[in-house]
Amino acid sequence: MKAPDFDYVRVRSLDEALAALAAHGEGARILAGGQSLVPALNLRLLAPEILVDIGGIADLSGIALADGTIRIGAMTRHADLERSPEIARHVPLLARAVREIGHPAIRNRGTIGGSLAHADPASELPACVLALEARIVARGPSGERTIAASDFFRGLYETALGPDEILVRIEIPAAAAGERFAFHELARRHGDYAMAGIAALARDTGAATLRIAYFGIGSRPMLAAGAAAALRDHGASEAGAAAAVRALGADLEPQSDLQASAALRMHLAGVLLRRALKDLFPDAAGGREEEIA
Amino acid sequence: MTKPIAISLAVNGEPVEALVRPRQHLADFLRDTLGLTGTHIGCEHGVCGACSVRLDGDVVRGCLVLAVQADGAQVETIEGASDSGELASLQHAFAARNALQCGYCTPGMLLNAAELLARNPSPSRDDIRQHLSGNYCRCTGYQAIVDAVEAAARAGAGGAP
Ligand SMILES: Cc1cc2nc3c(=O)[nH]c(=O)nc-3n(C[C@H](O)[C@H](O)[C@H](O)COP(=O)(O)OP(=O)(O)OC[C@H]3O[C@@H](n4cnc5c(N)ncnc54)[C@H](O)[C@@H]3O)c2cc1C
Ligand code: FES
Ligand code: FES
Repeated sequence: MKAPDFDYVRVRSLDEALAALAAHGEGARILAGGQSLVPALNLRLLAPEILVDIGGIADLSGIALADGTIRIGAMTRHADLERSPEIARHVPLLARAVREIGHPAIRNRGTIGGSLAHADPASELPACVLALEARIVARGPSGERTIAASDFFRGLYETALGPDEILVRIEIPAAAAGERFAFHELARRHGDYAMAGIAALARDTGAATLRIAYFGIGSRPMLAAGAAAALRDHGASEAGAAAAVRALGADLEPQSDLQASAALRMHLAGVLLRRALKDLFPDAAGGREEEIA
Repeated sequence: MTKPIAISLAVNGEPVEALVRPRQHLADFLRDTLGLTGTHIGCEHGVCGACSVRLDGDVVRGCLVLAVQADGAQVETIEGASDSGELASLQHAFAARNALQCGYCTPGMLLNAAELLARNPSPSRDDIRQHLSGNYCRCTGYQAIVDAVEAAARAGAGGAP
């Protein structure tokens, strides 16, 4: 199908972008990589008055390390993350996860800012930034504000960003010595959105700092705080793993759709948790993998 | 109706100036305005890969880039990549292995396969499948396409731009 009619402006600076948003209000949409927005336009799911293309703002893309923090500009493409030596070294979870986003041609255009702002519950990067305790920096008419990833995702395609705000960068604590991560997703074909996925991170060798985030399960990416607490209490043993899987029942709100039922998703969440624990704590019995029934 | 916007870009090395409506995607612009019908259109929402073109050297979905976004860019289509000869050994391998039947998916397959070989001159069959996972073929069953890319890689076909 063909997109409906709309106007278009390519802005050269953030100030110009904010002015365009202010002038057009709810009728304006930011265009980043277009890999979610243009399909929605072509399918006529959206009918904005004007697209504000931020692809020409040079200082919105790039990856920099300073003071133990990795800063990633909103317009940094998935393909840039995939090939960045800084990301591979300092945020290896992101380097691993980004390879599962769609296909190479999608990664050549799609951006991290677009993925987070779009907030598809089946997307990889929102769950990763939750596990990583990232900070999301937005700029609006009254300046910049920083939003913790755990406060950012509000619901289905819904974030803490206001209609007059632009996501400008993501700040992530660089990996510490001994840090480990696990990442798994289950999709019907390579490149498809996940039916269920997990991104987990331990900042040291024990379970004390473990953060477990899920995607593709509910209406937004979610932290499994109860499961992480069970592992802290019981350790990464078989008892700990069993308690953590039980705790998922209270942590997650799985949804049914054409891809999978809520019950299947809950089962897969447990399977993914055991796989993740096996990666994180290879010596503990709790990592025993449960077969998909 | 919205105002058309003036763009200037290079397509297969030739300068092009045009007025485009913002809603027109790059694949339609190449086909309908420039007559470059080697860029095919399947789904128009990013899933089939028939519309693949190069934009500033990267393979992208022509249906997910607006023509106005290509202002100032270098675009290369299957016509340009084929005429330059850089795809010749992939093309021969596709023909030799029956990696096309109707040919609808072939321009997209060739451009994406060339991108893979440029980055990884000796990919595994798994690498090939992963790289082409976003390109649908409704005829061949894919096996022959993977065979052809593998054969071209063995013959040293890497060498896209
Ligand atoms: C076939 C296909 C398969 C895909 N598979 C996956 C997958 O497996 N996993 C996955 O995660 N994604 C997948 N994607 C989506 C892809 O990752 C997109 O790149 C991403 O979701 C959106 O990024 P974008 O830069 O393209 O944003 P756009 O499409 O340009 O924008 C998306 C939305 O975010 C808003 N927005 C964008 N940037 C900003 C900003 N800086 N500030 C405020 N608002 C902003 C836009 O207004 C729009 O509403 C797939 C896409 C396709 C077409
Ligand atoms: S027509 Fe563009 S991906 Fe199908
Ligand atoms: S040869 Fe017909 S779609 Fe691939």
